[in-house]
Amino acid sequence: MVTIRHWAVRHARGLERFYRGFAQLLARLDPLWRRLGYSRLEAPVARVEHAVKGLLFDCRMCGHCVLSDTGMSCPMNCPKQLRNGPCGGVRANGHCEVEPDMKCVWVEAWEGSQRMRHGDRIHAVQLPVDHGQQGSSSWLRVARELSHDADPSPVQR
Amino acid sequence: MKFEDEPVPGYSLPILPGHVSPGRLERVLRAGKFAVTTEIDPPDSADPAEVLKRAAIFDGYVDAINATDGSGAHCHMSSVGVCSLLTRVGYATILQMSCRDRNRIAMQGEILGAAAMGACNVLCLTGDGVQAGDHPQAKPVFDLDSMSLLEIARAMRDECRFQSGRRIDLPPRVFLGAAENPFVPPIDWRPHRLAKKVAAGAQFIQTQYCFDIERMRDFMLKVNDLGLLEGPDRVFILVGLGPLASARSARWIRDNVPGVHIPDAVITRLEGSSDQKREGKNLCMDLLHQVRDIPGVSGAHLMAYRQEHSVAEIIETTGVLEGRVPWYPGRDNPAERNPESMEAEAVQGHSVTDAT
Ligand code: SF4
Repeated sequence: MVTIRHWAVRHARGLERFYRGFAQLLARLDPLWRRLGYSRLEAPVARVEHAVKGLLFDCRMCGHCVLSDTGMSCPMNCPKQLRNGPCGGVRANGHCEVEPDMKCVWVEAWEGSQRMRHGDRIHAVQLPVDHGQQGSSSWLRVARELSHDADPSPVQR
Repeated sequence: MKFEDEPVPGYSLPILPGHVSPGRLERVLRAGKFAVTTEIDPPDSADPAEVLKRAAIFDGYVDAINATDGSGAHCHMSSVGVCSLLTRVGYATILQMSCRDRNRIAMQGEILGAAAMGACNVLCLTGDGVQAGDHPQAKPVFDLDSMSLLEIARAMRDECRFQSGRRIDLPPRVFLGAAENPFVPPIDWRPHRLAKKVAAGAQFIQTQYCFDIERMRDFMLKVNDLGLLEGPDRVFILVGLGPLASARSARWIRDNVPGVHIPDAVITRLEGSSDQKREGKNLCMDLLHQVRDIPGVSGAHLMAYRQEHSVAEIIETTGVLEGRVPWYPGRDNPAERNPESMEAEAVQGHSVTDAT
């Protein structure tokens, strides 16, 4: 799958555009998701999400997707699961300290971010992962959060 | 440098305005002096005397001592243990915390414990992978990364709360540090990554070994351009240096220690010398001189693994302390001596004759 992962980083800009449109679409469909019930959708959507993102990005379903902030290179593939940039052990050829045959996930992330319109989002500090969210759908979370952001009435999160 | 409010060893200094910690390192840096730190090689032993002996080697030459935390993913006495022993007699310590071995519950508890024991500085590290060490079978934890550890530690100190939001009654007054490696890819990202660490709470930085002065200079220029060396939230940069024992060991380090960049020119220089150990020290002194002259550099962090006795000579010869004698137990009052310092002196005398 590593080849597809590389492809995703090379096409980070296109994927970024697609993802933004997709997120807005998900958010616009919020009334539908609500009618169907977010909790009922969770399992099937997570399965589809895992299949699609697993293929494209080797997604690990951390439940907090940050791909658009990390040059479309999934940070959970870093053996140290760093969420904020490369460790100090990156090899001179740009490969990983822990897995010498793999290109450092963050070297890829940096290259991907340079191709993106909002690539400077890579400079934002990411919060630690909430391990309780492991396996849950980021798509539904985005739909919920974006639509609530747009909704002026106070909503409990 | 002598502080007028010098406390009894084992007790903390008052916290000055504009300072966050009761420690000596922060005071020296904010006073604009060239600071020197070093690291102690923690023993594979439960012997407290061994820790004090290893610290005494640096008496009068360093402003703070790093207690490494399972460095290179090898098991040794814990950094909290080492710090606690050292702060008891008054040494300034830098507690290293690596995310490799503990989750956020353990790490936050450890910060409170270490601060209560008098550790005033915490260096937040990601840590080497377990594959690099003597227990490759171990489970790598990495619940946090160095960046989120910094943020959490800062919130514990400044907002008196754990990551969960639960309140802390008396916060840990710690000066927060992080590591950076300006010498490995992606080189052009490294200054920005430093900025990110500063945004997350880093107040001082200790870099990886520097053997490439050009890259260090470039890095400092960019760091300066990013405005990280000014204002109340400025960061202090201490450049990592150390003597290489021989061309062979330099090659070995380059190939086996993650993240150490040694240019070919360095190896050629060592190879061309009839006394490679001596030349390794000379090289370190040359680099220290050059590093001191790079604008924006606040100090040096000497890592002299298995050559700890050479730190005194390197500092003395280069004169980077400009006559300043950093505090050590017994400096002002012989009754406060580190009980193990006599023995250390004896060994030191021995090693100096060895080298000549
Ligand atoms: S080298 Fe890159 S991928 Fe490997 S552990 Fe470090 S940051 Fe992660």
